[in-house]
Amino acid sequence: MTEKLRVYVDALKAENEGWLTDVKDALGEVTITTPRETIVDMCSFLKKEHGFDMLADLCGCDRGPEEDPRFEVNYHLFSTTHHNRLRLKVLLSDDDPHVESVTTVWRTADWHERETYDLVGVIFDGHPDLRRILLPSDFDGHALRKDYPLRGYEPYSMN
Amino acid sequence: MSVAVENIPSKFEVLDRALESEMTLSMGPQHPSTHGVLRLDLRLDGELVIKAIPDIGYLHTGMEKLFEYKKYQQGIVITDRMDYLNPLGNNLAYVMAAEKLLQLEIPERAQVIRVLMCELQRIASHMVWLGTHCLDIGAMSVFFFCFREREKILNLIEAASGGRMTPSYFRIGGLMMDLPAGFERRCNQFLADFPAAMDTFDTLVTGNTIWQSRTQGIGVISREDAIDWGLTGPSLRGSGVDMDLRRDNPYTGYETYDFDIPVEQNGDVWARFKVRMRECLESYKIVRQALERLKPGPIKADAPKVVLPDRDDMRKHMDSLIHHFLIVAEGFNVPPGEVYHAIEASKGELGVYMKSNGGPKPERVHFRGPSFVNLSALPVMAEGEMIADVVAIIGSLDIVLGEIDR
Repeated sequence: MTEKLRVYVDALKAENEGWLTDVKDALGEVTITTPRETIVDMCSFLKKEHGFDMLADLCGCDRGPEEDPRFEVNYHLFSTTHHNRLRLKVLLSDDDPHVESVTTVWRTADWHERETYDLVGVIFDGHPDLRRILLPSDFDGHALRKDYPLRGYEPYSMN
Repeated sequence: MSVAVENIPSKFEVLDRALESEMTLSMGPQHPSTHGVLRLDLRLDGELVIKAIPDIGYLHTGMEKLFEYKKYQQGIVITDRMDYLNPLGNNLAYVMAAEKLLQLEIPERAQVIRVLMCELQRIASHMVWLGTHCLDIGAMSVFFFCFREREKILNLIEAASGGRMTPSYFRIGGLMMDLPAGFERRCNQFLADFPAAMDTFDTLVTGNTIWQSRTQGIGVISREDAIDWGLTGPSLRGSGVDMDLRRDNPYTGYETYDFDIPVEQNGDVWARFKVRMRECLESYKIVRQALERLKPGPIKADAPKVVLPDRDDMRKHMDSLIHHFLIVAEGFNVPPGEVYHAIEASKGELGVYMKSNGGPKPERVHFRGPSFVNLSALPVMAEGEMIADVVAIIGSLDIVLGEIDR
């Protein structure tokens, strides 16, 4: 692990050991897996104490219907002052894909969470306006799930 | 029978007070100044914008889904069609994410050419921005001058890759092919004319008082809001944040080039305009330096299982033929893992999240488009402005709907 990123992992451990279920260090990037209940606390801690003032990206990923936990939500944190990046990861099961929204920490999470809800079907509790963003509001299913066929269930009509 | 004029009820009532009810106006998706198919739901009080709600998705083509069904090398052509004004930037972000997973070493010459082409592309992208931004606000002639300069760059890109708008020039492990003979001469020709063209734009636009009054103090976003809303690129630097990934998270050897990062403090349309104008000249400086550094050498990484062999090798060596067949027919396996690679594209941070599960096709590719995030901050800038200024604000964000909707 690069030294500059170890500082943040150690700080998180010192603050609350329960926040980190897994720490992975690969290809120069650090991925911290955290329980879904603590993601908002962890994000506001990193923002307030360690200058991660920008949420660069938030994206969902479907591992496939046979996997458990099935969904991943990745938070890519970035700092405009020290320019380091961290990846936080939350794992969610198929029958309960709920996670607390981080729009209270960074407002840019708004559209990212709507996109993740739209395409992967993860539900962000506490989001101010969780609607579909890219697909039409009457679209059936979530297109980026592995069990969603590439060409859809039927030819989609705009009527 | 005649009726006294004053007894006819007036059809129209002249209001000398504000409307009590707000009006909803749907702007777009065919509105020419929305740069594509963006729809804005504007809530108006007279001409004042109370609320602006962007509605996107009209151009959604499911590219992220398509990546999962294509081999890594086939994904490059999809990226061209995202931000179609900056396709080489998209190529670079995508191939660098894959190279990070594969841990490939890219030869020096390929890196220099990547920088060279990306900076040319950045100028071309900014030229379209300037032309259309001016067109939106009402200055017609600037558009033609901008597109003339852009055409010269597109000709250079076409000479190198064969494609004007969809080059797919960067490949995983290097480049599609080397620069053609005479490229440096043609590039120098373009560079010789470019500063004069920038002077023309300054005369036409920057010093124009109408332009200044249409842009100064319009669409202000504060430094804190800009960071909170995730603005990146020139839009962020217009709000006084000194951040550029080419310097702060350097890639492809940008740390060895000498260039400045323009920053403006006011956060209005004028500030974003000035940042982009100065960026064109910084890119020009980088192109100059890259041209000087062009030394003969390999343009592909030494990884025969990933990089397509030369045509000549295939005719002479059995193993090259086998590698070629396997790469084309089956693809190459990428070690399991996940990366997020971000580059400074012409519009801001273009990030690629790529996850591999070990096969020849990615499990997930996600693009963090700068236009997508920058557009989400539009309501902050547009609320409280006049409806005519919304057009100026959209222009100053430099959005491309192909990347927003993906």
